Amino acid sequence: MTNDMKSRHGSTARGMGLAALRGLALALISLPGAVLCLVLSLVSIALIPIGVGIVTTPWVLTGVRMFADWRRVLAAEWGGVRIPPAYRPLPKDANPWSRTFGMLGDPATWRDLRWLPVDMTAGFVTALLPAVLLLYPLEGFAIAAGLWRVFADVDGGTYWYGFVPVTDQTSALGAAVLGLGLLVCAHFFTARLFQFHFRLTRAVLGSNQGELAERVRVLTETRRDAVDTSAAELRRIERDLHDGAQARLVAVGMDLGTIEMLMEKDPAKARQLVAQARQSSADALSELRDLVRGIHPPVLAERGLGDAVRALALRLPIATEVNVELTGRAEAPVESAAYFAVSEVLTNAVKHAGADRIWIDVHHTDEMLRISVTDNGKGGAVIGAGSGLAGIERRLGTFDGVLAVSSPAGGPTMVTMEIPCALS
Amino acid sequence: MRVVLAEDLFLLRDGLVRLLEAYDFEIAAAVETGPELSRALAELEPDVAVVDVRLPPTHTDEGLQCALEARRRTPGLPVLVLSQHVEQLYARELLADGSGGVGYLLKDRVFDAEQFVDAVRRVAAGGTAMDPQVIQQLLSRRAADDQPLARLTPRETEVLELMAQGRSNAAIAERLVVTERAIAKHTANIFAKLGLEVSDDDNRRVLAVLAYLDHGR
Repeated sequence: MTNDMKSRHGSTARGMGLAALRGLALALISLPGAVLCLVLSLVSIALIPIGVGIVTTPWVLTGVRMFADWRRVLAAEWGGVRIPPAYRPLPKDANPWSRTFGMLGDPATWRDLRWLPVDMTAGFVTALLPAVLLLYPLEGFAIAAGLWRVFADVDGGTYWYGFVPVTDQTSALGAAVLGLGLLVCAHFFTARLFQFHFRLTRAVLGSNQGELAERVRVLTETRRDAVDTSAAELRRIERDLHDGAQARLVAVGMDLGTIEMLMEKDPAKARQLVAQARQSSADALSELRDLVRGIHPPVLAERGLGDAVRALALRLPIATEVNVELTGRAEAPVESAAYFAVSEVLTNAVKHAGADRIWIDVHHTDEMLRISVTDNGKGGAVIGAGSGLAGIERRLGTFDGVLAVSSPAGGPTMVTMEIPCALS
Repeated sequence: MRVVLAEDLFLLRDGLVRLLEAYDFEIAAAVETGPELSRALAELEPDVAVVDVRLPPTHTDEGLQCALEARRRTPGLPVLVLSQHVEQLYARELLADGSGGVGYLLKDRVFDAEQFVDAVRRVAAGGTAMDPQVIQQLLSRRAADDQPLARLTPRETEVLELMAQGRSNAAIAERLVVTERAIAKHTANIFAKLGLEVSDDDNRRVLAVLAYLDHGR
């Protein structure tokens, strides 16, 4: 307990010292750096009309970026504050003209330039304060210890320590008390002040484009998946129609032609062909029905997700309990994705899990459609491994939906899906 | 016999009208939309309604809902529901009130005019006409874990299937090319094996079998 307290105190003291040192270094380097960067940038940009700026600006702005990047690194290492850079990439072999205007057209450049004056003022102060809060009290103690004599003898005015005029030992002790107060403040605020410096940097320098970039990456990926999936689906549908219903209707047409010809010559044969044509058209219908069920199940269109899942459960050879709490209907694409996801999970449960009971729960809370399918089978299901679960994950990904599988060996298996959506 | 017909596709509606008229039905009304159907059912008091599940304006299960609503108002109002697809879920809803006089068939069944007209007549008479697909789904679901069903002979299963579709002993006998007495024997066996109470009333018998097949689901 005591050791613990001591070590905590020790680390606070070390932390204070470290923050003060780092802050001091940061303030001393960043002030001239920021001033230099800003001045050079402004001059260079001002010189663009006479041509010189075209050549210098890319160099200067690259320097500014390096300066800003250095600060990003420090913010991450010293303050734990992440400021993702969001500069637009420039073509490598671009001429100075397009480099200049490419950089000037980048909002990140203007964010850098806006940050420089903030950094040389508020940034400077917040970086310096931790050091000041630590060093200034030391001066107070030194004054109380006897240094006051030196200052008191100075001609032409009183020496002020903070708001304490130092004239004799009593007032010097006052300075020490003030110093002590400041030290207590330092104890509480140094780390926070230093942190505040980096927060400030992030507020001005950072953009949310880092997150946006990540979002764009995810969207690009899911869009590609969606396009691939739908293209594959269309190919399958085309093939099914071509080899199935279409071919059968051709057969019906041919039969009808033959029947027309045979009607008078050979009525018995004609009647036989009529039966055949009827069978072909029935087969075509049944194939179309299966196809439609695979594209968008009619019961889903007619009743929505809840009843569609119930209807699905009724087709299973396994006892299935369905619990649905939906106050409205989701958008058709979401309903469809959710339906096929459930269908695939159920198929897995029936085929691989060896379950004899399944529970399906569908509900909507906090703008989130949540579906869980649980079976009492032997477990061991994983995403990937050709289980079809990876396909579901991709399909749900298009709607920012997620899939989680809990399936320890020996079961039970629980597959949960979440899709953000509103009900209407 | 007066029929109210609801079907939104002109070709099918026209075809059904001609088919039914050819078999001496009187078409009281042939309507396109759900609201029109509700009005026709309330005002015309037909002997039987032939209704497509999906109707305008919502193109969801409007036809089914209108039919169920009409049956709530007029219990036992004979309704034959047609659809491009069959769902046990819908079959169960139609059968839920247990009063008979319901049919649920795939539209394909219209191909066989005799059978279709027979189904319409059966429903109008308070009987039942369930699509073979519904029955097969019910049977295949029950077959997995149902001991009594497993004890039926193949022939008895065949009879059970036809019976569940709503056919009378005479019709089953004709279909299987055996005597009516043979079917009566099969029926008695089936009821004994499934532990159901034997009833002379065809309709009650069908409903009992359907309830058994759908039991607990």
